[in-house]
Amino acid sequence: MAILLIAEHDNARLKAATLNTLTAAAKIGGDIHVLVAGSGCGPAADAAARLAGVAKVLVADAAHYGDQLAENLAALVVATAQAGGYSHVLAAASSQGKNFMPRVAALLDVAQVSDIVAVESADTFVRPIYAGNILATVKSADAVKVITVRPTGFDAAGEGGSAPVEALAAGPDLGISKVVSRELTVSARPELGAAKVVVSGGRGLGSGENYHKLLEPLADKLGAALGASRAAVDAGFVPNDYQVGQTGKIVAPQLYIAVGISGAIQHLAGMKESKVIVAINKDPEAPIFQVADYGLVADLFTAIPELTAAL
Amino acid sequence: MKILVPVKRVIDYNVRPRVKADGSAVDLANVKMAMNPFDEIAVEEAMRLKEAGIATEVVVVSCGLPACQETLRTALALGADRAILVETDVELQPLAVAKLLKALAVQEAPQLVILGKQAIDDDSSQTGQMLAALMGWPQAVFASKVTVVDGKAKVAREVDGGTETLEVSLPAVVTTDLRLNEPRYATLPNIMKAKKKPLVTVKPADLGVDVAPRLATLKVAEPAKRKAGAMVADVAALVDKLKNEAKVI
Ligand SMILES: Cc1cc2nc3c(=O)[nH]c(=O)nc-3n(C[C@H](O)[C@H](O)[C@H](O)COP(=O)(O)OP(=O)(O)OC[C@H]3O[C@@H](n4cnc5c(N)ncnc54)[C@H](O)[C@@H]3O)c2cc1C
Ligand SMILES: Nc1ncnc2c1ncn2[C@@H]1O[C@H](COP(=O)(O)O)[C@@H](O)[C@H]1O
Repeated sequence: MAILLIAEHDNARLKAATLNTLTAAAKIGGDIHVLVAGSGCGPAADAAARLAGVAKVLVADAAHYGDQLAENLAALVVATAQAGGYSHVLAAASSQGKNFMPRVAALLDVAQVSDIVAVESADTFVRPIYAGNILATVKSADAVKVITVRPTGFDAAGEGGSAPVEALAAGPDLGISKVVSRELTVSARPELGAAKVVVSGGRGLGSGENYHKLLEPLADKLGAALGASRAAVDAGFVPNDYQVGQTGKIVAPQLYIAVGISGAIQHLAGMKESKVIVAINKDPEAPIFQVADYGLVADLFTAIPELTAAL
Repeated sequence: MKILVPVKRVIDYNVRPRVKADGSAVDLANVKMAMNPFDEIAVEEAMRLKEAGIATEVVVVSCGLPACQETLRTALALGADRAILVETDVELQPLAVAKLLKALAVQEAPQLVILGKQAIDDDSSQTGQMLAALMGWPQAVFASKVTVVDGKAKVAREVDGGTETLEVSLPAVVTTDLRLNEPRYATLPNIMKAKKKPLVTVKPADLGVDVAPRLATLKVAEPAKRKAGAMVADVAALVDKLKNEAKVI
């Protein structure tokens, strides 16, 4: 049994989610090979080789993997999985993993097990459904298990390995899609999915201006990442990649502070595994208080500056 | 050009699902059902492309129980031209749905298939990508803006770090994110008109597709409930708790 893990990276460095995916792979058992596909991705491959528990790193370095296009990536992964006779193919359930992995599964004619949070055995996994209101234990009957891993379900793997790095011939450039532009949010803050503290704002903030004026100083004091509810994103307070929830990012920090967020099930789906939850809301009946460890009924416009000052 | 829009009948997004007493499945008896919210967005986007003169016909498809007809009638009331029901009582998983959609895509030859980014019941987020793979088509998933010019689609998509704009050749698969558009409501006259629009029913066997599930659900359970915590009187009390009780700051 050998596992092919598809690394997520920016050519220079591995994304944090890759480390959690590696821990899930280790729970399944068997040799773990990491595939790094990119353009000028040598440094990311070297980083993968240093991870504890990795037996081998495969590198496909070619210009047409630079943008991580789903079509090209899936073709490469399928060819690699077939040539190596892997029993499992794993990637993080990030926007990238969600993009190319179902393509891999369909081309291999197998089901995909999405977003697992626990490994019961080599063919049985636990995954949340219905916005995390239900946990399903599913068993795959397919010869190859194609799996995406929810990063918050597993600890990050550490370093301490020194795996050999092997070059892989690039697959075809299908040329049916291309990236024309990217607008990435530039931020000096920690990555939302991996932050120890998250401060999230909702519709209660009233405007983008208020959001920034009130929450940024608080996040600065706490070294926190910033998040938001769908309502705050839809209203244009912050960009889409701030959204926490069923259809946004899943976070599980040590501390999650929800400000002016009511606590709809779709929002809770993205943050209820946080270790400590604080809710600040002026409505004592807000459902967010049902999951909060500490609830404060207050007007956020006075409570947040006060909290920031007290830290 | 023709647009195909697959729509799934799911539990209404406001309903809290319950597990059957024997833990074998989610109890859907007497539960309010509705069109998957992302599929409403897909229907809306197709209608906007038709109203802009880019699309000529919008065909909606639903796979599942006979009750999916209601979902299809809703889509027809929103403006779709005709509907196809792929009827089966087998529990359908994304790979099976993708294969059924492939068979229909081969028959119907659409230039664009617009699906939801994910079904809010199984939260799989697979079907569109799988269909694209089976057809050998490009995909642009999690779309927040779609423009079609000169046989190509330009699609802004929501990704972890922000937004990425792709250009894909047609035919292609697009899946919708929440901010693509705001779906319209069906008006009463359109609901009446929808009753007369064509709806055909086919079976998976007619399409030559094996829909047997690949994943067996061994059990379903509710996750451990978080115990409700304490209310604090003021900011000072909150800071004290975070420092001395939870020790997180
Ligand atoms: C298919 C689908 C997917 C979805 N996915 C997501 C998702 O991923 N993430 C997500 O978050 N949502 C998601 N939603 C939306 C979700 O259902 C809610 O609509 C949304 O989370 C509400 O955001 P909110 O709490 O900011 O706004 P509201 O529900 O309007 O709550 C605002 C809160 O602010 C409080 N408030 C107002 N003023 C003040 C003040 N001065 N001081 C203190 N408190 C104040 C109010 O009491 C209220 O509780 C989804 C919905 C659907 C249908
Ligand atoms: N049974 C079905 N009938 C029609 N469309 C479906 C069905 N299942 C999934 N889809 C489509 O595929 C999308 C993604 O579903 P999923 O991959 O299950 O998360 C949905 O939003 C629908 O557009």
